[in-house]
Amino acid sequence: MTSQSDDFESVVKVKREEAIAEFHDDHKGFVKKLQHALHVTPSLVPLIVLVLSIGVFGALLGEKFFSASSMTLVLQQVQLVGIVAAAQSLIILTAGIDLSVGAIMVMSSVVMGQFTFRYGIPVEVSVACGLIVGTALGAVNGWLVAKMKLPPFIVTLGTWQIILAANFLYSANETIRSQDIRDNAPLLQVFGTTFKIGADEAGQGGATLTVGVIFMLVLVAVLAYVLRQTAFGRHIYAVGDDPEAAKLSGVNVDRVLIAVYALTGLICAFAGWALIGRIGSVSPTSGQEANIQSITAVVIGGISLFGGRGSIMGALFGAMIVGVFTLGLRLAGADAQWTYLFIGALIIAAVAVDQWIRKVSA
Amino acid sequence: MKKLLAGTALALIAMTGAASAQSAEGMTTCLITKTDTNPFFVKMKEGAEAAAEELGMTLNSFAGTVDGDNETQVAAIETCIADGAKGILIAASDTSAIVDSVQKARDAGILVIALDTPLTPADAADATFATDNFAAGLLIGQWAAGTLGDDAANAKIAMLDLAVSQPTVDVLRDQGFLQGFGIELGDANVIGDEEDPRIVGNDVTSGNEEGGRTAMENLLAVDPEINVVYTINEPAAAGAYEALRAVGRENDVLIVSVDGGCPGVQNVAEGVIGATSQQYPLEMARLGVQAIAAFAADGTLPQPTEGKDFFDTGVKLITDAPVDGVESITSAEGTDLCWG
Repeated sequence: MTSQSDDFESVVKVKREEAIAEFHDDHKGFVKKLQHALHVTPSLVPLIVLVLSIGVFGALLGEKFFSASSMTLVLQQVQLVGIVAAAQSLIILTAGIDLSVGAIMVMSSVVMGQFTFRYGIPVEVSVACGLIVGTALGAVNGWLVAKMKLPPFIVTLGTWQIILAANFLYSANETIRSQDIRDNAPLLQVFGTTFKIGADEAGQGGATLTVGVIFMLVLVAVLAYVLRQTAFGRHIYAVGDDPEAAKLSGVNVDRVLIAVYALTGLICAFAGWALIGRIGSVSPTSGQEANIQSITAVVIGGISLFGGRGSIMGALFGAMIVGVFTLGLRLAGADAQWTYLFIGALIIAAVAVDQWIRKVSA
Repeated sequence: MKKLLAGTALALIAMTGAASAQSAEGMTTCLITKTDTNPFFVKMKEGAEAAAEELGMTLNSFAGTVDGDNETQVAAIETCIADGAKGILIAASDTSAIVDSVQKARDAGILVIALDTPLTPADAADATFATDNFAAGLLIGQWAAGTLGDDAANAKIAMLDLAVSQPTVDVLRDQGFLQGFGIELGDANVIGDEEDPRIVGNDVTSGNEEGGRTAMENLLAVDPEINVVYTINEPAAAGAYEALRAVGRENDVLIVSVDGGCPGVQNVAEGVIGATSQQYPLEMARLGVQAIAAFAADGTLPQPTEGKDFFDTGVKLITDAPVDGVESITSAEGTDLCWG
């Protein structure tokens, strides 16, 4: 073994130094490093913006804004958009878009309410029916996209109108009052149940969380795990990045698409349940802007509208950024128009950053 | 082709004109509302249908798909002109954009009455039949001030308005409330320029529960001691109530509103809303159809209510805790008159 001729290892060592092909580290300089880091961790940008905006508003407004009660209030105010944005993220990761999310949400809440109050069906069954209706509506979207090969924008533009119209026709735009729900079917409002941490004796101040907020956080955590660690999750990214390549690698693209749209419908139905908890009543006119708001959150959250790239945490941060701006500007006494102006600017900035990061992909 | 069409339309109008001997019997009237889904407009349609049937007229109803849908209303007016209608009742979605189409209808000899929402300018229509929204606001303002008594001087007021675009109805109700409460107005055409420190802030609600709750939460974060809440309508009020209930303040805050829908009136009965100003969509439509019948019969034009530039279809304050000097009816009486 000690003889020179048998020294295979040294041969290998020499070979290694030949450097046939290697990855060059192009990430020199701070900007390049940053660009690379952002490319690897897409939810970093919205997180930085979120922390910065909390810091700026906190510095401007002091304790009024930078308190447990105000911070948790933001969470309460964004819970619906957050839940719907989580669903929207799944669709956008497949390079699709869903304009019908808000309509599915409202329709599901109306089914839950009307089944209970109009037909006297036990509330547990009504809730299950609402969740089934939401899932079915999502599955129809998915079927039209996957099997009929229609563009998602067109499909959901159509189903959005159809579902909203059906919602108004079915409910006759009748509101079921909060008091009636509280007395007869409190399960419908379960997402509004609040927990207070650190409130004073009068029940004021302190952090306030609702079941809806906790649901949103758990949902995002679960989806983040599914997207990163499971085959189904990786398939969603694969389909969004390049459906042809995914198909050739043995992914059943149609089945993934239908499953994603159906899952989105189910999540939206849960959002409808949370909507009842949030506003107390069942109101067919609520939540009509949820589609635009969820897309806004997703875009600000750094998820690429071209599919296949982005993290679902980003969508949550995106929703929270909008919430922080809305509350912060209102506490600062600014007119409501300013909120829209800033959110518009954020959207453009987010897409610009996305384009810049994409340049690193080579 | 265009000329031919216009000629045909004119001929049609001439024919229908000749056919209208004296009565409105068999005449066509159009009703164009903002949407088919809002109970307010559903009630309006009911009123118009009942009145048209009574007078032997045919009623054609149209509605936009959503509030703000101008194109569908323009198409509806064109259909009415082609149909040879004698009159059009319209609750305009876009009060400025619709004006040209309304003018075309008037040029064709059709009586156009704006229902609920005045056009911009108001004289673009032959007449306006509407709720006096300023008076509606005034009543709830006076009631809130009267209920608080001497404490009104230290009130902390939240103003939950409709939209950032400040549509007329939004401004009139908001400013009416403030005047009724005894607050000095800035420009009466603008929301939010008052300097009275009793106003904690203004926020917009989109007139629904979700917006009402969020706006209330925002203003409570500005000042948790708010004790008077003005709301643009009853769904916004219901949302504000939920926000107050979440912080345990629902029993020491006065909520006032405008509309008079059935769920809102029931909320007055149960103490959720202190007082609401009720408006009467059925009455608007009924009076509108009758005015068109009168015009068809002998060309009489509807006259505005004395001292106002529109025909006031009335507003009543509903509360179960009346205040001296402010006329009101009980929630039980309000329930008989409510819509939706």
